[in-house]
Amino acid sequence: MDDRKYIVTGLVIFLVIATFPFWYNLGKASPGPEIKLTEKAKAAKECVMPTTYMRAEHMQLLDVWRHSVVRNGDRIFVNAQGKEFPMSLSNTCLDCHANKADFCDKCHTYASVTPYCWDCHIDNPKEVK
Amino acid sequence: MMETSRRRFLQMAGIAVVGFTATPVLDAFAAEHGGHEAVPSVKPGPDGLKAKQWAMVIDTRKIKSAKDLEPMIEACHKIHNVPTFTDKHHEIKWIWHEEYKHAFPSDVAKFMDERLEHVPFPVLCNHCENPPCVRACPTKATFKRPSDGIVMMDFHRCIGCRFCMAACPYGARSFNFRDPRPFIKETNKEFPTRMKGVVEKCNFCSELLAIGKQPACVEASNGILTFGDLYDSESEVRKLLKENFTIRRKQNLGTEPSVYYIV
Repeated sequence: MDDRKYIVTGLVIFLVIATFPFWYNLGKASPGPEIKLTEKAKAAKECVMPTTYMRAEHMQLLDVWRHSVVRNGDRIFVNAQGKEFPMSLSNTCLDCHANKADFCDKCHTYASVTPYCWDCHIDNPKEVK
Repeated sequence: MMETSRRRFLQMAGIAVVGFTATPVLDAFAAEHGGHEAVPSVKPGPDGLKAKQWAMVIDTRKIKSAKDLEPMIEACHKIHNVPTFTDKHHEIKWIWHEEYKHAFPSDVAKFMDERLEHVPFPVLCNHCENPPCVRACPTKATFKRPSDGIVMMDFHRCIGCRFCMAACPYGARSFNFRDPRPFIKETNKEFPTRMKGVVEKCNFCSELLAIGKQPACVEASNGILTFGDLYDSESEVRKLLKENFTIRRKQNLGTEPSVYYIV
């Protein structure tokens, strides 16, 4: 009955190995993506909806926009402040956010999502390559 | 002592009941009479053209040769980013031309008027009032828009099954067998392109109608095409239909095409 020291040693080794990823990476959390705004987007100050909403829900917003434009022919979005925007990914969103690589891709890459918006909608209307 | 405490209990209970039930009622009242926050909404554009059913009348008497049709085909294909494939099997077309015998196969006489026999007929999606493609679509990617009768496509929803192409008796739909992007000469950045695996066709320029403009082909047609509301008896198309004999493609199929030809 003198296996205690083996058991405890084993447990300690197990705990060390099991928690290794946590303490190894302690304090090294990878920073969130830093997005750059174009001059036009900076000047506008706020997007069609508050930034926090846009950050979390822009895909739902785009879904509603598409449905409204394609199915019902309603093309103008009126936000809570009463400001009006034509609902168009190509012509409204990507007009301000003309920097796909520094804006869209930053978060999408960080979150490891690959939306296929740009298979059809033309990116960077303003950027000359 | 016992009695007062019971009375007191009932009083308190009564007040509590009033309190609990009144709050939601008052809240609802307050919400109804101002005090509510503005919520985002959508609406149609101010200059958008409206119709019950958009229709087109094509005056084929004004067409001399295929040259007369080139500008409209080019205008359409340019603004909608329609690719040009050299391989006929991959061809994408929104508006093109066809000989009479192909456009109107059931109305060919043994001996035909020479002009009709040779003149190129511009053909496009007929935006049928009873569209078979819409019935065939399993995902409702193509649908008849109730607001203006346009047979629209939601490219996002198209799964590329091509049932609509089989269903359309006019061959008005094309399938993207390849990525069309490299084959677009000049991209119009205001209109999306398509991706491999979706079907596309004429949309009666719904994006232009929404901002108060006529379809691109009509603008470029030099008077050959006329566009308007089929159910407005004062519209340009109705005036032409009143004064001229017109035919429609494969009328006997019952699809009720909205494109009329003056022959």
